Amino acid sequence: MDVTTRFAQLACLLVALACAPSATAQQFITVASTTSTEQSGLFGHILPIFERKTGIEVRVVALGTGQALDLARRGDADVVFVHAKAAEEQFLREGHGVRRFPVMYNDFVIVGPKADPAGIAGGDDTLEALRKIKSAAAAFVSRGDRSGTHIAEVDLWTMAGVDIEKEKGPWYRETGQGMGPALNTASSMNAYLLSDRATWLAFRNRGELAVLVEGDKRLMNQYGVMLVSPDKHPNVKRAQGQAFIDWLVSPEGQAAIAEYTIGGEQLFFPNANDAGA
Amino acid sequence: MGDVTSAFDEAVRLIFAADGTLYGIVLLSLQVSLTAVAVATAIGLPLGAALAIRRFPGRPVLLVALNALMGLPPVVVGLVVYLLLSRAGPLGELGLLFTPTAMVIAQAILVTPIIAGLSRQVLEDAWHEYEEQLRSLGATASRAAATLLWDTRYSLVTVVLAGFGRAAAEVGAVIIVGGNIDGVTRVMTTAISLETSKGDLPLALGLGLILVAVVVLINAAAQIIKTAAARRYG
Amino acid sequence: MLPLILEDVSFAAGGRAIIDRVSCTFTAGPRTLILGPNGSGKSVLMRLCHGLLTPTSGRIVWRGSRDDLRPRAQAMVFQRPVMLRRAAFANVTYGLALAGVGKADRDERAREVLDAVGLGRVANRPARVLSGGEQQKLALARAWALEPEVLFLDEPTANLDPAATREVERIVDQIHESGTKIVMTTHNLGQARRLADEILFMSGGRLADHAPVERFFAQPSTAEAAAFIKGELPWT
Repeated sequence: MDVTTRFAQLACLLVALACAPSATAQQFITVASTTSTEQSGLFGHILPIFERKTGIEVRVVALGTGQALDLARRGDADVVFVHAKAAEEQFLREGHGVRRFPVMYNDFVIVGPKADPAGIAGGDDTLEALRKIKSAAAAFVSRGDRSGTHIAEVDLWTMAGVDIEKEKGPWYRETGQGMGPALNTASSMNAYLLSDRATWLAFRNRGELAVLVEGDKRLMNQYGVMLVSPDKHPNVKRAQGQAFIDWLVSPEGQAAIAEYTIGGEQLFFPNANDAGA
Repeated sequence: MGDVTSAFDEAVRLIFAADGTLYGIVLLSLQVSLTAVAVATAIGLPLGAALAIRRFPGRPVLLVALNALMGLPPVVVGLVVYLLLSRAGPLGELGLLFTPTAMVIAQAILVTPIIAGLSRQVLEDAWHEYEEQLRSLGATASRAAATLLWDTRYSLVTVVLAGFGRAAAEVGAVIIVGGNIDGVTRVMTTAISLETSKGDLPLALGLGLILVAVVVLINAAAQIIKTAAARRYG
Repeated sequence: MLPLILEDVSFAAGGRAIIDRVSCTFTAGPRTLILGPNGSGKSVLMRLCHGLLTPTSGRIVWRGSRDDLRPRAQAMVFQRPVMLRRAAFANVTYGLALAGVGKADRDERAREVLDAVGLGRVANRPARVLSGGEQQKLALARAWALEPEVLFLDEPTANLDPAATREVERIVDQIHESGTKIVMTTHNLGQARRLADEILFMSGGRLADHAPVERFFAQPSTAEAAAFIKGELPWT
């Protein structure tokens, strides 16, 4: 058999491979969520449980909170699962969502270099810590990407009496990226950073960084889930999407969230029955 | 340096662990990029041949545009295709967003100008040599184009490989239109991007080594076939 | 299709007149050689006759009718043979396929001409690995296979050694004997003497002389022709 024929056979094999049916015709929903839930490994733990129970595949597109909500506004997701209550309520007011359910919370921590030039280590007053960072003009990395974490960070600056948009200096570095890349940047710059604990625990490239401030009530980070409105977006899979939401707030779903740990530490704390969350 | 050696260890460990997820990601990468290149070749080669042979008003403008399109930024292509395939966009009804098909479409758009532009150059050079003889023998334009395509097949293999290299290496387009969904649209490049942002650099590098190895293997295979065929057919 | 009649044909390119009001007639039968120094327009005149170029003024008319038994009415062999990247045999059948000849007839005719030009043994070799002389013989075979009424040859032996040149001239004669009109350019006086029945002498884009071969060499009708024969016409 000559080379040309062999080549043709190989080509046909490749094309057949390419045309092989990839995803099955199984039912699935698209969930727009944040990088913290994906990268911490939470979804890797809880989704298989849901899928085994209902046969519904959950496809997660992980972006920042702002991007996730925008994605849903375009009708490209069935469910949004993010952590910025004000932005979520705005989303509902616009008519894009049906109803918001609180699901779980985790907390933020301030990480920074062990050398701690701003002298904030061990404190539990976030606002004081931020003020110290600013007066020391110590390097601080911000997400800068309208994510839930970024929104929380800006709110904390405001509460500390700092108008960060006006008062930021060269010490304040906005990366416009997800939590992981921001941590990478902070690690290589030995800078301070507001991070959610879950992503921090799963993060491997810590360098000289450590948790310096934690436990402050203001650092609580609430997650909520919403079904995208089928009235506004007829393509939304109402039944399956609602099934996912129902499961998340059910005792079984809440237990699955609670049992997810890294190094023995629990990352997310279920609070679906906390009506005010 | 420690990261690089751990990267090699990671790469070897991954391959020998016969990890189903890894093979799934590699297979999907090949499926998406090879299909995209096949589509781009089916469109790009005839286009390159037509541009090489025909003279028409506006041809110089078209050539400049084509050469410029070879350098399309993948992330821009991804954004445009996303806007087209989004539910809020004109093709939303098709429900193609966040599927491998969307990734193939985006990469095909990225690669077609490369194949058309590079093949145009190869075929135009060949046409200078062949034109008088083919016209003397009575070949029509389309017959001449087909003959040129076959006669320049070795150079065209290199052109197609260049297109494949571009597709296999890009992340900007597939991450936007695919969404990097675990088990559905996660390919080598988006997986590397994810592991990097999680800070697991040895794993990211390990995946990178595997990606490079796969591309090298494909190029080597093509080179072997080319050399053997050239020896046979001159 | 013969006779071929040129009426006041001119061809200009880049503002220069390359062919300047040439009028002549090509009839079936005599081997016509177009002679002249480099730059006299011989090659351009051939391409105008064959149809590869269009005259900028004047007319080129084929007065006769088409013989449908011949696969193609005209063929041309160039100074440098252009072969496809395939076997010698396949190069010959390519031309026949373009002319619409069926597979069995193609294969038979290809074998015939390849044997006739002495390439039977290398028929299955890739055409591009053949020597310059063999490739030119292959070009002749390819053209001959089409049984053309007219065969144009543009300085076919300019790049060949004397032995290959002799072989090519022998084949041209065979093609002539099989019923094809030969129109060939050359700047080689010896070749013109050997092959021509009639001479068209070109100089500076004009047809300076048109005569039977003996009369041309014995009594050139212009000073330029005389100078050329004596080897005194300068390069342009």
